[in-house]
Amino acid sequence: MASDYLPNLVPALPELFLVCTVLALLMFGLFQKGGDEDTNTSVSRTISMLSIVSLVLTMLLVAMVSGSRTVIFSNMFVTDNNVVYLKFLLLIGSILTILLSQAFLERHGTARFEYAIFIIFATLGMMLMLSANDLLGLYVGIEMQSLSLYVIASFHKDDKRSAEAGLKYFVLGAVASGLLLYGSSLVYGFSGTTNFEKLHELFVISKPGNGVIIGMVFILAGLAFKVSAVPFHMWTPDVYEGAPTPVTAFFAVSAKIAAVGIFLRIMMGPFSALVINWQGIIILISICSMILGSIAAINQQNIKRLMAYSSIGHIGYALIGLAAANLTGIRGVLTYLAIYLVMNIGAFACILCIRKGGKMLENINDFSGLAKTHPFLATATATFMFSLAGIPPLAGFFGKFYIFLGAIEAELYMLAIIGVLTSVIGAFYYLRIIKIMYFSEPIEQLDLPFDTELRGIILITGLLVALFFIYPTPLISAAETAANALLTF
Amino acid sequence: MEEFPLLSVLIFLPIVGALFVLTIQGEKEAVARNARYVGLWTAFANFLLSLILWFKFDQTTSNFQFIEYNLWMPEVGIAYHLGIDGISMLFVILTTFLTPICILASWYAITEHVREYMVAFLILETFMIGMFCALDLILFYIFFEAVLIPMFIIIGIWGGSNRVYAAFKLFLYTLLGSVLMLLAMLAMYFDAGTTNIIKLFEHSFPFNLQIWMWLAFLASFAVKVPMWPVHTWLPDAHVEAPTAGSVILAGVLLKFGGYGFLRFSLPLMPDASIMFAPLIFILSVIAVIYTSLIALAQEDMKKLIAYSSIAHMGFVTAGIFSFTVQGIEGAIYQMLSHGVVSAALFLIVGVIYDRIHTRDINAYGGLVNRMPMYSIIFMVFLLASVGLPGTGGFIGEILVLIGVFQVNAWIGALLATGLILGAAYMLYLYRRIIFGQLTKDTLAYISDVSLRETIIFTPLIIITLIMGIYPALVLDVIRVSVANIIQNINVSLSHSTVTF
Repeated sequence: MASDYLPNLVPALPELFLVCTVLALLMFGLFQKGGDEDTNTSVSRTISMLSIVSLVLTMLLVAMVSGSRTVIFSNMFVTDNNVVYLKFLLLIGSILTILLSQAFLERHGTARFEYAIFIIFATLGMMLMLSANDLLGLYVGIEMQSLSLYVIASFHKDDKRSAEAGLKYFVLGAVASGLLLYGSSLVYGFSGTTNFEKLHELFVISKPGNGVIIGMVFILAGLAFKVSAVPFHMWTPDVYEGAPTPVTAFFAVSAKIAAVGIFLRIMMGPFSALVINWQGIIILISICSMILGSIAAINQQNIKRLMAYSSIGHIGYALIGLAAANLTGIRGVLTYLAIYLVMNIGAFACILCIRKGGKMLENINDFSGLAKTHPFLATATATFMFSLAGIPPLAGFFGKFYIFLGAIEAELYMLAIIGVLTSVIGAFYYLRIIKIMYFSEPIEQLDLPFDTELRGIILITGLLVALFFIYPTPLISAAETAANALLTF
Repeated sequence: MEEFPLLSVLIFLPIVGALFVLTIQGEKEAVARNARYVGLWTAFANFLLSLILWFKFDQTTSNFQFIEYNLWMPEVGIAYHLGIDGISMLFVILTTFLTPICILASWYAITEHVREYMVAFLILETFMIGMFCALDLILFYIFFEAVLIPMFIIIGIWGGSNRVYAAFKLFLYTLLGSVLMLLAMLAMYFDAGTTNIIKLFEHSFPFNLQIWMWLAFLASFAVKVPMWPVHTWLPDAHVEAPTAGSVILAGVLLKFGGYGFLRFSLPLMPDASIMFAPLIFILSVIAVIYTSLIALAQEDMKKLIAYSSIAHMGFVTAGIFSFTVQGIEGAIYQMLSHGVVSAALFLIVGVIYDRIHTRDINAYGGLVNRMPMYSIIFMVFLLASVGLPGTGGFIGEILVLIGVFQVNAWIGALLATGLILGAAYMLYLYRRIIFGQLTKDTLAYISDVSLRETIIFTPLIIITLIMGIYPALVLDVIRVSVANIIQNINVSLSHSTVTF
């Protein structure tokens, strides 16, 4: 199939398919769209359904192209088992986000078909970013996902908070992209290439000068912004709080997975020979993220802000695995991301159920007495909170376990000790939510019934989190394969 | 032939029962009644099953028995690995014995969310048995820490007025200790290349690593025991927990620490254990004397018994770190008898608390006039608690003292004062509650123990007396296992005299 004139397109098939479908959906939506609310809602429903179908098909295609490492498009685009694993996770995240969103948007009168389209565009950007094998390809992917994310952060355009979130995210995101681009240009200027493989070879052969190191630090800062690690986390609480809740879930899940994935690839790929130079930085931002994430969350009253700080803390744990810079650590991060995806989607589905009179309630005191009024929801939320806190035998424990395994193997004892201590502090605020649900009297009468999609998602993710311990092997061996693919760069 | 997985059945039967309880639907009263019965019968069936362990157990070997091994996480070599020796078997039986008693004790005391209560208790039983049977570090850790979830919920939902504070304190204290232990376990894994406890016994760790590991394990076990100065969560937890919660806390959860020392610290880190033994002695002596004095000043019955528990646990830790046969056997004996006696004492408090709804000692007095049966039962456990010959408490304490005196007479003498103080605060408590004239109006119509309560106390009394009269029953079971521990330690002891 591959000839001199037509490049081998097979590895990029999922992306090509997705881009064609999303353009078709966009046209379809534009022509179907009417002037009144009802038409818009029904169009958005159809487009949502079709989007989910196309994302599922994309997953199948991703599964098809899995296998050995292939590089195409003049070394710009790569697929290997690591990329496939991460794409799988983020596609699941995107599908679940669309499922979470539809009823929410309809209730708020903002059910536009563009929403699903933007989610797909963002997903596409993330997939390109994960497949990047070149600093320029990476930049294009990041920009594609970021621009889409800016728009959906302010999707409730009449809501001040949502508009503010979008603007804030845009301004700060642009700065981060600038840092990344500046770093890339420095690296290019001092090494003469932007290709990951060539950079890797160069740095293995000879130690690069300070220019490259500075460039790398800039790139690292840009990526740290994308994963919202301290000290580049400032945007997170505001954006999480302001954005529509399903969008927040999307930020917390798919965007995080993609950003952590590319973070791993860059650090363990082109810059793997410079581990001495970047390990200390990663350790520092990991410690800062864990400490800030656990302490700042204690006083939060808004559940979405709390989840924002929680996600900052979780990124800190994920970075422990990267700091370990060994197979065990990387496997830990990849396992962690999968578990984190399930826990977070479940938790956000629970948060979406807390509404009264059609409006979302976001104060954590609105969870009061949930155990008495809605035992199913309370049990599920408690499961997710215990799991986020990392209490065995729930899935969250295994996520942390595999990460700490990597840290101990790399003899990063101090980092591991700080990690477990902050997880105890973190347990406090997760327990606080359980306390409010179980030990307090109910004050709010919530809207019933919960949406079917939400109930389904809560049930499935809850069971996955609670019963993960029975058969953890498939996930861990998949993560191991993915980690191996990353390390045999 | 594949052997019958008895331990797995013991561990997971309560979960099956809990699932049954969850499916109960219908009117509130009917649900509560059915949940109670399903819970009780499940726990009782589990107790009967655990007796099979006792009869099929081979007392002549220190090897682990009833072994089950299935690879669980092959990437790291973690296995679902179960097995018991003499020590853990007794604790398993203690657990299965106390659980039905707890359920019976909360028969009428718990009226809200009965179904959830039973589920929490049965899950708790699963985790406790699993902890004692686990022969894999990580499996052990998972059970060890998972216990916190049901315990947190039991105290938080069905506890007293300050229950939230107590539940948080219990959870965070214990979690803080055990996460450090987890790191030590990971370090052990990388040094020895396995998490299999049996294989770890054959591995000897470098001395430097032993010290760090030992301290990390201490952080976890000291909180669980609890040892002074990390004992402060216990009085709060006991006071706020419902009666059955206190019973299981005092009866089984406090034994996790002592069991952990015996299973991990002594065999795996013998050199560090020898080095830190004086530290443990000092902490134990402080625990015994200091908490006994505090107990003297208590106005709250549950708090008094909670402090007495800490004092009794001081004997246990001192006995374990005497590294003598008598000391360790005494410590195990003390843990078992304390498991029965303190459980009974909390139940005794529960009896009058259910009637009058206060734990204030001053609210009582002269109960002997209206509750003669109750006074007798109380007397039996009171004497067992202060270690009167003929009761289980005596054997444990005297063995510990014999063991400790061999090592250091001063420590032994100081520990012995604990016996006197123990008698003082317990008798003082008894006098204020039972003796005297019945003058208070609230007590005028108080009724004696009911049939249900008699059923609860009868087996406890029988066991306490048997343990006091015929100690060989228990000592025979643990003899070989203890001898094995001692032998290991002696190797290190002789070794350490050379190097130091």
